[in-house]
This record gives sequence, C-alpha cells and structure tokens, in this order.
Amino acid sequence: MTDIAASETGTTSEVLTTRDGVPLKRSLARALRREKMRALMLIAPLLLFILLAFVAPIADMLFRSVENNIVQNTLPNTVVALRDWNPNSGEIPGEPVFEALAGDLKIAVSQKTHTRLGSRLNYEQPGIASMFRKSGRKVKNLEEPPYREQFIEIHEGWGTVENWATIKQFSSKYTDGYFLSAIDRERTEQGIAEKPEKEQIYLFLFGRTFFLSVTITISCILLGYPIAFLLANLPLRSSNLLMIMVLLPFWTSLLVRTSAWKVLLQQQGVINDFLVWTGLVTDAGRLVMINNQTGTIIAMTHILLPFMILPLYSVMKTISPTYVRAAKSLGANDWTAFWKVYFPNTIPGIGAGSILCFILSIGFYITPELVGGTSGIFISNRIAYHISSSLNWGLGAALGVILLAIVMLFYWMYDKIVGIDNVKLG
Amino acid sequence: MAAKKSGKGGSAKNSATDKSYVRFENVQKSYDGEVLVVKDLNLDIPKGEFVTMLGPSGSGKTTCLMMLAGFEPATHGEIFLNDSPINMVPPHKRGIGMVFQNYALFPHMTIAENLAFPLQVRGMSKPDQEERVKRILDMVELPLMAGRRPAQLSGGQAQRVAVARALVFEPDLVLMDEPLGALDKQLREQMQYEIKHIHESLGVTVVYVTHDQTEALTMSDRVAVFNDGVIQQLSSPESLYEDPKNSFVAQFIGENNKLNGVVKGISKGICTVKLANGTIVKADQVNVDNVGDGTTLSIRPERIELQPKDKMDNIIEGRIEELIYLGDHIRVRMNVAGNDEFIVKVRNRGQKRNLSEGQKTKIGWANTDCKALDLVA
Repeated sequence: MTDIAASETGTTSEVLTTRDGVPLKRSLARALRREKMRALMLIAPLLLFILLAFVAPIADMLFRSVENNIVQNTLPNTVVALRDWNPNSGEIPGEPVFEALAGDLKIAVSQKTHTRLGSRLNYEQPGIASMFRKSGRKVKNLEEPPYREQFIEIHEGWGTVENWATIKQFSSKYTDGYFLSAIDRERTEQGIAEKPEKEQIYLFLFGRTFFLSVTITISCILLGYPIAFLLANLPLRSSNLLMIMVLLPFWTSLLVRTSAWKVLLQQQGVINDFLVWTGLVTDAGRLVMINNQTGTIIAMTHILLPFMILPLYSVMKTISPTYVRAAKSLGANDWTAFWKVYFPNTIPGIGAGSILCFILSIGFYITPELVGGTSGIFISNRIAYHISSSLNWGLGAALGVILLAIVMLFYWMYDKIVGIDNVKLG
Repeated sequence: MAAKKSGKGGSAKNSATDKSYVRFENVQKSYDGEVLVVKDLNLDIPKGEFVTMLGPSGSGKTTCLMMLAGFEPATHGEIFLNDSPINMVPPHKRGIGMVFQNYALFPHMTIAENLAFPLQVRGMSKPDQEERVKRILDMVELPLMAGRRPAQLSGGQAQRVAVARALVFEPDLVLMDEPLGALDKQLREQMQYEIKHIHESLGVTVVYVTHDQTEALTMSDRVAVFNDGVIQQLSSPESLYEDPKNSFVAQFIGENNKLNGVVKGISKGICTVKLANGTIVKADQVNVDNVGDGTTLSIRPERIELQPKDKMDNIIEGRIEELIYLGDHIRVRMNVAGNDEFIVKVRNRGQKRNLSEGQKTKIGWANTDCKALDLVA
C-alpha cells in the first residue's frame, strides 16, 4: 500500500510511471516495438532491393570521385615501409624504405608507370617529376644494398624530407583532384588555380545546364498553367478528354517522342518545309531548330510538360470557384481576381511542378544527346562521356557528385523559401 | 417605367407604394435549354428591406441570387438595380456585397487583408483602408483577429468576417447565400440576431437565401417562398404563417395538418367541406373557387382544442394514436377523418388530463383557423 501511495505521489511531480514503477515512456516503447518490427518486416524486401540495386552502386560510383590509388599501386612496398616513418622527425626514412623503393621502382620502370606517378606527384611537390624520371633511368645501375646513399647520389631529392613527406601524404587512397578538375581547377606550384582558358569546360557546362533547365521550367509553367486551368474548370466530359491528351505523350516512349521532334524540327523537316511553302522563310534561309539549344528546349519542354500540368491541376482542382466569385463581388475585375486571389492559391502547384521539372531536366541525358548537337548538351552528357568513352570514372563521378549536391542545394533552398510542406503533388 | 410593369402576383401591389430598389421583371433562367429553373420571376424589393428567398433545394432561389450578383446571366427578362438595367453589367461593377455559403475568405490573406481587399481594388488610400478595417472589425466584435488567417478562425468568427467583408465597402445591397448553413444550432441562432441587428443599424438592403424556415421567419421583413422556379407567396413572416396562399406554403412554413375533402358550398368566404369519411366541416375560403372542387384543408396543430368545453365552429371526433411528452406541451398524434398523422399540440398547464392511447375524443377549431387550399395528394 505504501509503495503504491509513494509511486502515485511521485507521478505527479516527476517522470510518469506505470503501476509497477517502470517509466511510462519505456513501457510505451516496449508496447510499440512489436508493431515497429512488423512494419519493418513489411518494408524489408523493398529496402533490401533499394540498398542493393540503387544505393550501393551509386555510393560505389560516387566514391570513385575521391579514390586515388596511383601511389599505392606504383610503389606498394614503399608505401608499406613508409608507415613507420614520421615526417615530423626531420630525418629521411631509413634503409628498409629505400630497399622497398628500389624493388618498386624497378617494376614500375618495366611497366613505364613511374613517370605518370612523377607527374601526378609533381602537382603536389614541384621537382618530383624529374626526380622520378632520373631515378627511373638509373635504377637498373643500382649496386648491392645499402641503397640509401646510392639513391641520394642519383638525385639529391631523395635526401629531402619534403619529398618523402609528399609521397607519404599521397600514398593515402583519397584525393580531391577529380573535384578540382570538375570545377576547372588544378593544383599548381602556387596552389589551387584555374586551368588554362581553353581547357575550361565544366563550369561552363554546369552553367548551361542550369540556364537551360530554368528556361525549360519557365516554358513549362507558361504552357502548362492554362492547360491545367482548363483541366480543373471544364465540365467533366471535356476535361477527361483533355486529360487523356495530356497523358498520351506520357505513355509514349521518350525515344520515340524525341525522334519525332527530329523529324519535325530538322532543316528538311516538316516545319521548315511548311514555312518555305508559305513563303515566310526562303529555301536558303531554313531555320536551324535542331542540334542546338533551341532543339533541346523545345523537345524537353514537350517531354516535361505533364510533370508541370499534373501537380498544377491537382492544386487547382481544390481551389473553390467561390474565391474568384467573392473577389469579383468585392469589386475586383477579372485580372485582379485572378492575380490577387486565384494565382496565389496555385503557387504550391507551381512550386511542385517547378521542382519536378527542374530536377528532372538538370539531369536529362537522352534528349540533349539526340537533339542538342554540341551547343545543346548538358553536363550529364559529359558525365556519360567520361563513364563510357574516356573511362575517366573518377572525373565522371566527381561531376555526378557536384550535380547531386546542386540538386540538393536547390531542394534545400526551396524548402527554406517556399516550404516543402506547401508542395502538393496530388 | 411604371407603364412597362406587367408583373403579376406579388410584385404589383408593393411597387405601387414603395420605390423599388431591386426589381426582377419577367426573369427566366434555364441552364440546359430544356428545363426552366426560374419561371417568369417578378419581384420588387424596396430600399432597406430584408427579403429572404426561402425554398427547398432546387427551387431556383440560389439561381435568382446568382443572377442578381451577376454570376449567372438571365435567359430572359431584365433585372433592375436602382432603376437601371444590370443584365450587361459585370459583377465587379455592380457594387453588391455578397456573403457566400462557405464564406469564401481568401486563405492566403490575413483577416485584415481580406477586409481591405474590396477597399484596395477601389483604390482607397492605405490609412483610410486601415481605419475602415478597424471600424468594421469593431462592429463584428473581432478587434484582435486582424493578423490571423481564415484557417485559424472558428466557424462563427469566419462567418462574422465574411459578413464584415461584404459590408466594409459600404454597399447598398448585400446578398447572403445560406451564410449560416455551416454553423451549429446555437451559433446559428445567435448569428441570426447579429445579422438582423447589423441590417437594422446600417439600413442596407439585404437579399437572403435559405432553406431554413425558422431563419427566414426570424430575420426577414418579407419572405419569398420559392418552389419549382416560381414564387409561391411573398409576404411578411406573420401572414406567411397565418394566411398561407396555397398548400405548398402551408406545408413548408411551420407545422400543419392536412385534411382532404370536396367543397359542398361557399358563402361569404366560408366553405363547407365534406371530408373523406363524410364528416362536414367549415373552413376559410382561400384557394378554392368552385363548389365540387377538391380541396386540402390546413390547420395548425396549436389552434386545435382537444376535448373542447366551449362551443366551437367545428367539433369532430378523432382517436388518439400516440402521446409524446415534450415538457412545455404534449404532442398528440390522432386519427382524424382517415388521416392518422393529425397532430394536436396540448399546452402543459399543469392540470392532469386523462388522455390515453386508443381513446376516442372530440377536437374543435374555429373556421378562421382552417384554410381551404388547393388540393394536394
């Protein structure tokens, strides 16, 4: 009895407990654990599938943007031997390291990889390239151990702590080099600097991707808004027909639609033929509407329109027509009623549609590839080039990471400005 | 203008005396070209009057309101506002305040912005706007709500803001489309009085649409009872209840007992009617013309005397089917002349009455309390 009385008085002032003194929160968590486990079991297959087929490959691919094996692969034994050496000691490494270096360098020379390593490390520590070249030429002349003095004789660089420190520093597996080149930067003697002007390409491509995506998103808003309005306000029978017309291209293959634009837009295509026939343009002055930015904008706007129309429609559907009526009865003309009352209520739809269109278009690949020519391609086309043609996966991965980060950044900014809770997708 | 008037029914007698502010002239409306939703409507509303359009759903009352507001064009006929035809005037130029069924407060604006909206579109200066908004908020007793959003208001508060918004630009005419429909009973009654008081203090003309007869009777100067696209009766709440012009109005307004019979004779406005079981009763002649016609008699339950002690105009016998105790009165369901839905209200005066179910008893009423109207099944 006294226990119960004590615990009851305790509940009012301190942590709530159950009758037998277990804190209420813990007791509740225990009671809910079973349900949580069951929920987890239900989503487990999908979770596993996504982890294996989506998250893991992407993570692996993105990881290549920082991976850096060149020192380790070229001088494997030296790297191991260097582990015990402390650059802060002020002394160059001991004989075992030089012994390993002699072995590694002989193999590297036979595979002709030592110069590549030299030029890679030269970004970090000037002079190393010549050290490796010279040592590479003379390594076959090395006599019996000890090697330390012989190496220093070949090139005095081997006797400086700084060079060894650089080798040790970059013997780690990771690098920021790919990211630097992905933003047209490189490490020079003066530290990080811009690449020569004619080698700069990626920042420009990022800029173009951004600019074209914004243009496409705006075109989608301008073209989609009236359609969505009609869809939401026409009688059911007509709006159903219109909805099918909106969705029809949605169900057609992306490739087919893009190819259709090729047929329509090319210089000997349907539109140009028509314009020449009507006399609006001369035969010599046929418009160039494909294999450039115009082509990309037209084709992608067409492809992404449903992604703008559907969220807009679902928001407009919920706006009661009495709002506009009320505005008019209060003295607003048609335009004011639309702009001050109807339009602000559709902003969540515009936001949702714009996010969808912008994020989809910033990563678009097929359409720019087919109709973009050289001036209409996106950053993703460059990524694809590095992944499948130049095989510079590290750079491709770095570009991909940056693209992902930009999308995340825009998403975050949108959340800050508009609030992601205001987005309605249906 | 007066020569043009061809109005039948309710319109003619009123427009002769008062200068009408709103006038419907032979207005017809059809949505699909097959069915007339409003059939030949004539209605005159003098300035400052509170007129309610009352009727069941689908009777055309809301359509009339929408035509007056300008959201629906009239298919035929003309609507006049202050003696000028407004058929071709767009809604925003009519200067009519309107309260919508679900208030239609703009969800993206605060209450103050909602109230300032009609002033803003009229180009009023900012300080004047603020001054007016403050005044109207005081009037509806919501001075602290200016910064809130419509979603943060209770139903009653939103209702008041909607009324305030329709009044803030000082229109001469305010339309209300079932504005109290979404409120609970208690709040609805309170708001009825508030709207009534606002009408009295501001002197605006109000056209009010509702399907709730209590609301119509409480608030209105005159009530237009709509059915089937036609105004059945246009008169004050009192005469609507006391002197219904036809069976529909008698049925629709208040509680009513029907007895069907055939007119056997008419003299000095009193009909002699033979009921289905052969009983002969007398009734006020209202909506029957000829001897031999079928008629439906209408008697209010509270005008019937159960077990009458004094001599009365009509005394007939009925059988008590059911007794329902309701505190202030007892509802007695009876079978009278073959109608077993005949209700008599007996006031509870405290004395014991020996009533029991199955008992046969006499009931009586005065000739003037029984109206001989058109026959309904």
